[in-house]
Amino acid sequence: MSASAIPSPAAADLRTARRRLLLDTLGIAVSVAAFGLVFGLAARNAGFSPIEAVAFSVVVFAGASQFAAAGYIAAGLPWAPIVVLTFFLNARHMLYSASLAPRFREVPFAQRIVMSHVLTDEAFALSAAHFHRIGRLDVPGYWIAAIVGVFVPWNIATIAGVLLGGAIPDPSKFGLDIVFPAAMGGLAVGLATGRRELVAAGAGAVIGTGMSLVIGPALGIIVGGLLGPVFGMATPVRADVARAPAPESEMAGRAVDLAEAELESLAEDFSFGPGPEHRE
Amino acid sequence: MSTQLVLLAVLMFAATYPSRALPILAPGIERLPPRALLYLRLVGPAVLASLAAANTLVGKTSDGAPVFHVGIEILGVVACVLVVAWRRNLLFGLVVGVALVAAARFAGLA
Repeated sequence: MSASAIPSPAAADLRTARRRLLLDTLGIAVSVAAFGLVFGLAARNAGFSPIEAVAFSVVVFAGASQFAAAGYIAAGLPWAPIVVLTFFLNARHMLYSASLAPRFREVPFAQRIVMSHVLTDEAFALSAAHFHRIGRLDVPGYWIAAIVGVFVPWNIATIAGVLLGGAIPDPSKFGLDIVFPAAMGGLAVGLATGRRELVAAGAGAVIGTGMSLVIGPALGIIVGGLLGPVFGMATPVRADVARAPAPESEMAGRAVDLAEAELESLAEDFSFGPGPEHRE
Repeated sequence: MSTQLVLLAVLMFAATYPSRALPILAPGIERLPPRALLYLRLVGPAVLASLAAANTLVGKTSDGAPVFHVGIEILGVVACVLVVAWRRNLLFGLVVGVALVAAARFAGLA
């Protein structure tokens, strides 16, 4: 075997990470397909033609607002409130977009236009965990999460649902209704690798639940996602270490602010160039 | 075959796409100060935990009002989270969580 045929450690790590991403994607795809079937059925019951149901899943591509719209259309609601509701139901995507934006800045603009359209809860959760594991952007990884994990199963299942109709069993009978929250929780665990992330996740869960009870889940979840990080930022990295001299520092004996050091390293983390896959 | 609702789909797209695209497409995101980047890094775990908790703990009354809900779903979600924390394997965690909930429902416990 020639030396050039031996994969570099970075390439091997990327392959391992993508294999894990594919496994994670499989679990999500099963759940997405199950609920895509149910959406197809709901659309059929609301009087959608197959073309209209597929147009919703391709063009809107946002499960909660699609279900809500099917229900409102069946109830005879006018379009304007449906569109307004859609905006509020999907406003949380702005948090995902803002969170991924620093990593996407080197991606060509035309590609970012398409990447934005397929940014869903699941695509964000899978790709953010994947990027976090490899420490950088991986454009093919994003497409695996967004297209293989969500877009394709959601749309195929929508077609199947609208055509098969009443032959579809209720996914909750098989426990599949918990896949979405369980997957979001599991992927949050994957991102919570430090005290600040843990505090942000805990605060997000508590605030999101509390505010959902007061103002409804569509906005409550956003408030949790917005305020959780504030609590995370207020958490010292490690108070005992941050206040003590850094023993391995070149400036031993001088207090080192590890919180600031983390911010510096974070800035560097987001200043990486595009990876080899992206440059291709 | 009716295509009237395709226009509604386009309008809903117009209400959804800006939320998804504006931060990704807006210039200058790379010039954000480090504290803003830290905030954005923490948005991920916070919003995913918020989604998981609200989807598990908030139900609806018959008239659609949100209500605190404690059910077997919590067991499934917590089991999945614990398995992921232990094994770092989401698929395994989902299988365990779904199996627990399905078994409880088939057994008539939930």
